[in-house]
Amino acid sequence: MGIEGIGARVVRKEDKRFITGKGRFTDDMVVPGMKHAHFVRSQHAHARIVSIDTSAAEAMPGVIGILNGKQLTEDGIGNIICGWMIHSKDGSPMNMGAWRPLATDTVRYVGDAILVVVADSKAQARDAAEAVIIEFETLPVVTSAVKALEAGSPQIHPEAKSNLIFDWGLGDEAAADAALAGAAHVTELNIVNNRLVPNAMEPRAALGVYDAAEDHYTVWTTSQNPHVARLVMSAFYNVAPENKLRVIAPDVGGGFGSKIYIYPEEIVCLWASKRTGVPVKWNGDRTEAFLTDAHGRDHVTTVRMGFDADNRIVGLKVDTVANLGAYMSLFSSATPTYLYATLLSGQYNIPAIYGNVRAVYTNTAPVDAYRGAGRPEATYVMERTMETAARELGVSPADLRRKNFIRSFPHQTPVIMCYDAGDFEASLNAAMEASDYQGFAARRAEAASRGKLRGIGMSCYIEACGIAPSAAVGSLGAGVGLWESAEVRVNAVGTIEVLTGSHSHGQGHETTFAQLVTERFGVPINNVSIVHGDTDKVQMGMGTYGSRSGAVGMSAIVKALDKVEAKAKKIAAHLLEADEGDIVIENGELKVAGTDKSVPWFQMALAAYTAHNLPSGMEPGLKEGAFYDPSNFTFPAGCYICEVEVDPDTGKTQVVQFVAADDFGKIINPMIVEGQVHGGVAQGIGQALLEGTVYDADSGQLLTASYMDYTMPRADDLPSFQVSTTETPCPSNPLGIKGCGEAGAIGSPPALINAITDAISTNNLSMPATPQKVWMALQAGK
Amino acid sequence: MTTVTMTVNGRPVSGQCEDRTLLVQFIRENLGLTGTHVGCDTSQCGACVVHVDGKAVKSCTMLVAQAHGSTVVTIEGLASGGELHPVQAAFREHHGLQCGFCTPGMIMSATDMISRHGGKLDEKTVRAELEGNICRCTGYHNIVKAILSAAETMHGARQAAE
Amino acid sequence: MYATTYHRASSIDDAVSKATGEAMYLSGGQTLIPTMKQRLAAPTDLIDVRHVASMKGIEVHGDTVHIGAATPHAEVATSASLRAVCPGLADLAAHIGDPHVRHMGTIGGSIANNDPAADYPSAMLALNATIVTNSRRIAADDYFTGMFETALEPGELVVAVEFTAPAKAGYGKFPNPASRYAISGVFVAKHKDGAVRVAVTGAGADGVFRHAGMEAALAASFTPDALSGISVDASNLMSDMHASAEYRANLVKVMARRAVAAAG
Repeated sequence: MGIEGIGARVVRKEDKRFITGKGRFTDDMVVPGMKHAHFVRSQHAHARIVSIDTSAAEAMPGVIGILNGKQLTEDGIGNIICGWMIHSKDGSPMNMGAWRPLATDTVRYVGDAILVVVADSKAQARDAAEAVIIEFETLPVVTSAVKALEAGSPQIHPEAKSNLIFDWGLGDEAAADAALAGAAHVTELNIVNNRLVPNAMEPRAALGVYDAAEDHYTVWTTSQNPHVARLVMSAFYNVAPENKLRVIAPDVGGGFGSKIYIYPEEIVCLWASKRTGVPVKWNGDRTEAFLTDAHGRDHVTTVRMGFDADNRIVGLKVDTVANLGAYMSLFSSATPTYLYATLLSGQYNIPAIYGNVRAVYTNTAPVDAYRGAGRPEATYVMERTMETAARELGVSPADLRRKNFIRSFPHQTPVIMCYDAGDFEASLNAAMEASDYQGFAARRAEAASRGKLRGIGMSCYIEACGIAPSAAVGSLGAGVGLWESAEVRVNAVGTIEVLTGSHSHGQGHETTFAQLVTERFGVPINNVSIVHGDTDKVQMGMGTYGSRSGAVGMSAIVKALDKVEAKAKKIAAHLLEADEGDIVIENGELKVAGTDKSVPWFQMALAAYTAHNLPSGMEPGLKEGAFYDPSNFTFPAGCYICEVEVDPDTGKTQVVQFVAADDFGKIINPMIVEGQVHGGVAQGIGQALLEGTVYDADSGQLLTASYMDYTMPRADDLPSFQVSTTETPCPSNPLGIKGCGEAGAIGSPPALINAITDAISTNNLSMPATPQKVWMALQAGK
Repeated sequence: MTTVTMTVNGRPVSGQCEDRTLLVQFIRENLGLTGTHVGCDTSQCGACVVHVDGKAVKSCTMLVAQAHGSTVVTIEGLASGGELHPVQAAFREHHGLQCGFCTPGMIMSATDMISRHGGKLDEKTVRAELEGNICRCTGYHNIVKAILSAAETMHGARQAAE
Repeated sequence: MYATTYHRASSIDDAVSKATGEAMYLSGGQTLIPTMKQRLAAPTDLIDVRHVASMKGIEVHGDTVHIGAATPHAEVATSASLRAVCPGLADLAAHIGDPHVRHMGTIGGSIANNDPAADYPSAMLALNATIVTNSRRIAADDYFTGMFETALEPGELVVAVEFTAPAKAGYGKFPNPASRYAISGVFVAKHKDGAVRVAVTGAGADGVFRHAGMEAALAASFTPDALSGISVDASNLMSDMHASAEYRANLVKVMARRAVAAAG
């Protein structure tokens, strides 16, 4: 490892622009003639639109145009799609209700867009929006997925037959039933996985520019995957043909899944730019983010786990109702199915598993993948159940897990996944040691002397990321392939540009991807530039989500680097009159192994472009591209141990220690990996302790629509984290890396709830464990 | 409409805007200083923090007219002569930022915090004083480290100068 | 925000003369500006009093404390002269909002607004403070008349608060985890004549209120344990998704104990 190569804690190349205020986010973009959009949204959770009167609004100062859904339909703009087909157990396809970018007849959740007002200033657009008169006929509302399944519930999409989108199963139900029937002990839990609002700090934004002279469209947008946005906008929404549409995702202020999807606003801004003849910018505010960003989680689950007399798991049955909101977002169907039930084996040998998932429409914001996407829900089910089972069986939580760990690899689970590598005991041991697990009893006693209730909880998670391979996901219903592309351009002076289809919105790709190149060719890291986020620069890519940029995106770069290296060695061998097989690359030079003959990297590059002296028949230049399609998922795993102190007077929980021991395979930049774990764990603690999304059951109003009511984790809610890693390299990709972006959010919630329930001696506590809820649990136990 | 004049990052500026214009809008839209961000509507996230007359304030919760005649420093004005401010340097050194959106507000808050507390900051104080700044990426771990490190650097430098 | 017209007042008289029609006084603006941004308030004119010199600053003469209405929370929190005679009030100010809010928000703005979850109203009641306006002096007991309601007449401007420093005072606050406003805040003051006043914010269905039972108990013995036998009636308390009335009743008692402990 060099000081800038793989494994080095290289300080980030991208930081300077952010710390000096020179980052370029979508809302920072200004183009000549630019005007401002404000969306008129539904105040009702479910209503028929009787009439719309924009006459007064159109006469307001600064108004350029007010556009509606009928005009959108006239112009052939398509429905918003769901990109993953799920079939129910009976073989029927999922029930899709139409999602129009601007609603025409019916609105189905508070925030549903109806009109867009374009005006000279943001304030004028909003002034005019208030002058629009819309008459609604309100309809009955349902916000709970369980209630939406009941007979007589309000029907949300008339064309979708019922509110049930699909009734899907994975695994062998008969085998799971038989195993549970014969079990010596069955642990049963009812579990709610609370709905979360992603809350990337940069609200979504879009700037659409139509150039009539060129008949060309450009959109700057807050996207995690600009190429997917271009593909979908062109192929499904008919906004513009792909060759006439440029999508730019510049600096993007966090995503966590919520910026994967193509939302109505960016479609409408582009379309409105053509309709009005001016560039149209929309910058969402935080209230709009709460109302309209795709939410996460929202599962209601019953789990039954059976054990034999020796405390080995014999079977598992899980029944989940997943709330998908008013419309099916882009990957909403995959999240509670193939990203969830496939992880129900956890880290354990379980011979029989069956998971049943019913996905349901409600009058709430669409729900889709949010950091972890399905895997936090699975982990929460597994690890709450394991901890509860240990308490019921009277054995230590660690021993119960140890007894059931999978220890030989590859391991085929009953729910599709084939785990390729891991050492679960190693991370459990590392976490127990780091947390001084043995010393807990003394700490608990010391806390009791201060009047505090101290508890400890653990969570042993496994997840699947680097979602892949394309053929496999295609067979499961995905509408896209999940490969990645890369292009490596060696310039004539030896500097290098790497074009990637991955997109960085905080992950530090400009640094880690450059470290990879530096490691391979010995060029200084400042001579390597990473290019991403612009469909005019990078041909195609699948973007960044599901912790895929390392395992998939970097693997594509490795493939392209392999090709560059092969050609570079041919050129060097020719220049040095040596055999190409004898050329090695060391310290920025191409050398003949075992001799003092060498040519510097930049001279080889120059030779490629002068083309004065190349091997016979070789094309000039040095630029190679590659597409990488993985052969398997990667399986990060680890153990988290959390300690809390509860104030019995108020119910307030303080997280006093949090230990993470993760196995991410090979690590490129430990500093960045640790940062990813910190952030993920903070979001997991947020889910477990602070963040609850509340809709009023009668009106469907979002009651937690600002930071006044939705508790974002703040610095004083969190401790400093103790983070470490163990390493089993991933065998399925060339770098041996697994992915670290989501693990923290996946593994942490059950550790925290297990700790609180340990502190207050109950198994019955739902997330978020607010002070009031914990206090009430304590009163109930008195 | 109102005419405002003030000093921003050491430069006298003036502009005409509606009375309802917020300081952050003036900074971003009139002056083109887009490092100051808006992340919420309820004065809580702190992405918009700037210094007005030497004190950290939320520029989304102040009319530009209220700042008429004031001295304003934004994130763009913190580094001097191409040299990063110690807080900026510490955020980079300790990986105190990921997506970078909350970062300008964090840094402006941190410089204010350090100037108010001198070298007497500890982790608990830093965490409490960050109440008005929300970050969704870092879990605050490295932000806290960066601020403590910068406080030590700046305090050490001050002591050395005395 | 709806269109409005900004005026900067140079004196109390100047401010009052400008306050006509649908005008509102603007002090630190930390509540008013966000409310206007959400279009929940639409004053035609804003009269900025933050630059009125006679409304700023803290003066302590013997036992008498005078705090100008336009004094920001940060100054109240860090004033050495105030801390010397009433550290409880400085501690309260140190936990209002966040550091940026404390640099702008003012004591006058807070008590003029009388948010049921604001901190200062409880201190004013417990300290038996006098609210000084441009035209009269109002006892705190008469000033806070209900949720977001005060005895102020239209156009009347709070210019200062005054109180006699107590023997002991302390504040216990349990913040809403999201907004960090008090879902229960209790200010206790033991006055030099032996009287004890206890005022509760964040919890009352009708805004800030005094608790006679706790006052009597603490007058007998100014210790946390003196409150052990006291019950707080939940029926007059707010109930919302963050805290039921029953939970608030518990918090009032717990925060009162902590306030007494903090008072020393």
